[in-house]
Amino acid sequence: MHAQKRMLSLPSRNNMPIARRHLGTTKAQDVTIEAKNKETAQDAVNRRSFLKELLRPAATLAVVGGAGALALRAKPEDYVWQIDPEKCTQCGRCATSCVLSPSAVKCVHAYALCWYCDLCGGYHQSYTQAPDTAAEHQLCPTAAINRTFMENPFYKYDIDEDKCIGCGLCVKGCAAFGNGSLFMQVRHDRCVNCNDCAIARDCPSDAFVRVPVSQPYIIKEHGKEA
Amino acid sequence: MRRTLIILLLLCATANLVHAQDAPSFRVLRPIFDETFHEPPAPGTPGPRENWLEYIDIAALALALVIATYFALQSRSRRGLLLLSMACLLYFGFWRKGCICPVGSVQNMWDAFLHPDVALPAIVIAFFSLPLIFTLFAGRTFCAAVCPLGAIQELTLFRPVQLPTWISHSLGLFRYVYLGLALTLVATGATYLVCSLDPFIAIFRFGGTFPMLVFGATVLAIGMFIGRPYCRFLCPYGAILGLLSMLSRWHVTITPDDCVNCRLCEDACPYGAIRPANDTLPTESLPRSRTRLAGLLALLPALVLSGAILGAMLAQPLSYSHKKIKLLHLLQQEGLEAINDATIETEAWRRGDQTYEELVEETNEIRRSFRSGSIFFCSFVGFVFGAKLISLSILRRRKDYTPDPATCMSCGRCYKACPIENERLKEKNLRP
Ligand code: SF4
Ligand code: SF4
Ligand code: SF4
Ligand code: SF4
Repeated sequence: MHAQKRMLSLPSRNNMPIARRHLGTTKAQDVTIEAKNKETAQDAVNRRSFLKELLRPAATLAVVGGAGALALRAKPEDYVWQIDPEKCTQCGRCATSCVLSPSAVKCVHAYALCWYCDLCGGYHQSYTQAPDTAAEHQLCPTAAINRTFMENPFYKYDIDEDKCIGCGLCVKGCAAFGNGSLFMQVRHDRCVNCNDCAIARDCPSDAFVRVPVSQPYIIKEHGKEA
Repeated sequence: MRRTLIILLLLCATANLVHAQDAPSFRVLRPIFDETFHEPPAPGTPGPRENWLEYIDIAALALALVIATYFALQSRSRRGLLLLSMACLLYFGFWRKGCICPVGSVQNMWDAFLHPDVALPAIVIAFFSLPLIFTLFAGRTFCAAVCPLGAIQELTLFRPVQLPTWISHSLGLFRYVYLGLALTLVATGATYLVCSLDPFIAIFRFGGTFPMLVFGATVLAIGMFIGRPYCRFLCPYGAILGLLSMLSRWHVTITPDDCVNCRLCEDACPYGAIRPANDTLPTESLPRSRTRLAGLLALLPALVLSGAILGAMLAQPLSYSHKKIKLLHLLQQEGLEAINDATIETEAWRRGDQTYEELVEETNEIRRSFRSGSIFFCSFVGFVFGAKLISLSILRRRKDYTPDPATCMSCGRCYKACPIENERLKEKNLRP
């Protein structure tokens, strides 16, 4: 139905008075122009397809050759994002800039460096004098650190990565008052390896680097003490 | 009373100071635990996605391209293309979370081309080049059903509104501007613009920053009425695909049979890619069009030159997209000494060990690269505008209604609009 209506309102293909009026040609002139146009049109089509046949192999060669040359020159291994703990200044952007929420960056604990403090710079608020587990004394906004008694006066601190939002507060506290055993790392079980890591873009310390897939972590090996 | 208060205040202040400075005084020595009691554990290192899985992604891309090409050119099935685009949206979009995608890979390739130390994983090379090669032979079948960004817009296009040709032509030029800008920002080391402005990544990942979500929602909302706004007016990869598609060996046709010029397909394309038959229109006289062409050809260098001049002027503002330039600017405002309400950038810089002179040296280097980059970018834009004018001024004669290979997404919507094609498909299906 619809189709028929449209067909009826079609102008005939050879009905060109409007165009002729516009160009100011007579009907006889039109016929010659049209004939000429058809010839040139055919020529143009031939010329274009000839050009196409020439350009296509050239473009194919350029794409394949260019990609191949880059492939040969570039390092073969795949890379992932990681934080260089020596450069990180715990600015807090890791928590907010990641495309994932909560962030793929978590606090990681190098136990070998830890002093197992009673009053922990990473666990307790800096004004706290009472080394306990009271919520108001804790630094971590999500209570992601578990504190376990070892032997007097030592305590072990474990990060619950499901709770950690990567804000870096504890890392900053530990760096200021402890040995710096807490540090920030991109956790690759969560990170989706963005082409352009959103945190890397925002990190003010240039701490984000690309590391080879085979060594995806930069584990802190030195604390403040020698 | 006041004196006691002051003394109290002072005491508090010094107490705080003492606390901060002598803080390590509460530290204890490293404990020596009995090994059987407690061995300090090594930090966990959950690994990234297995490397070989990326070859599955590459294979999936190649397979999807083959199927899309089959649906678009061989079986001519719009439904097949729709199903495939859903599958690709699920796999490349929601499952692979949108990274890496061919659209963004343009930047990696350019980066690796300019900076030899940049890593270029195999998957990036494959994602960049496979769709290009397919396009050279079969038109933009990648856009038809494989690209997750295209698919999400294709599937949410509810009520297509046709844009006037001149608007879509002019807005379409923006893709080249965007491509040029993105490549310039890669060259200067500022940012991967296309990735940071990807409208759909937040949707694929069910979360993201607020601006990303707003941008994605806006593009989708516009895309409900105006077909594929990202593809047509922004996508830099689409700009390259469009150029290559003009050379394609085969391409989607509205009907493989003869077009009878019934004009029924005219409104079928939501992307304004169908070009009407025009071979019965008389043209203006040859000398006149020759003069115009000559004029435009002369205009081209003028446009490129004015682009270059504009580029030189734009280099300064453009350089503020680089974080080092921003940092220097902030530092000059704040002064080098630490202040209380310092920005995160300046505070982090003060804690680092770069000297001010080194920073200035570094930013000068960056400014220089912005200068050449910006000149190059704006002349490129001038060239694109000139080339567009020239291509618009050349009247191509067409006997049939045909899709414009550069803008056609090969989505297959026009097949059903063509009465000839409908007959053909009916006959084909009747055959056992
Ligand atoms: S953004 Fe950079 S400096 Fe800030 S916490 Fe993350 S890695 Fe550290
Ligand atoms: S690569 Fe993406 S997911 Fe991983 S840390 Fe950076 S922003 Fe987050
Ligand atoms: S303080 Fe921040 S970085 Fe540390 S464990 Fe808690 S959430 Fe994670
Ligand atoms: S134009 Fe760009 S975003 Fe759209 S489908 Fe093609 S490659 Fe994808």
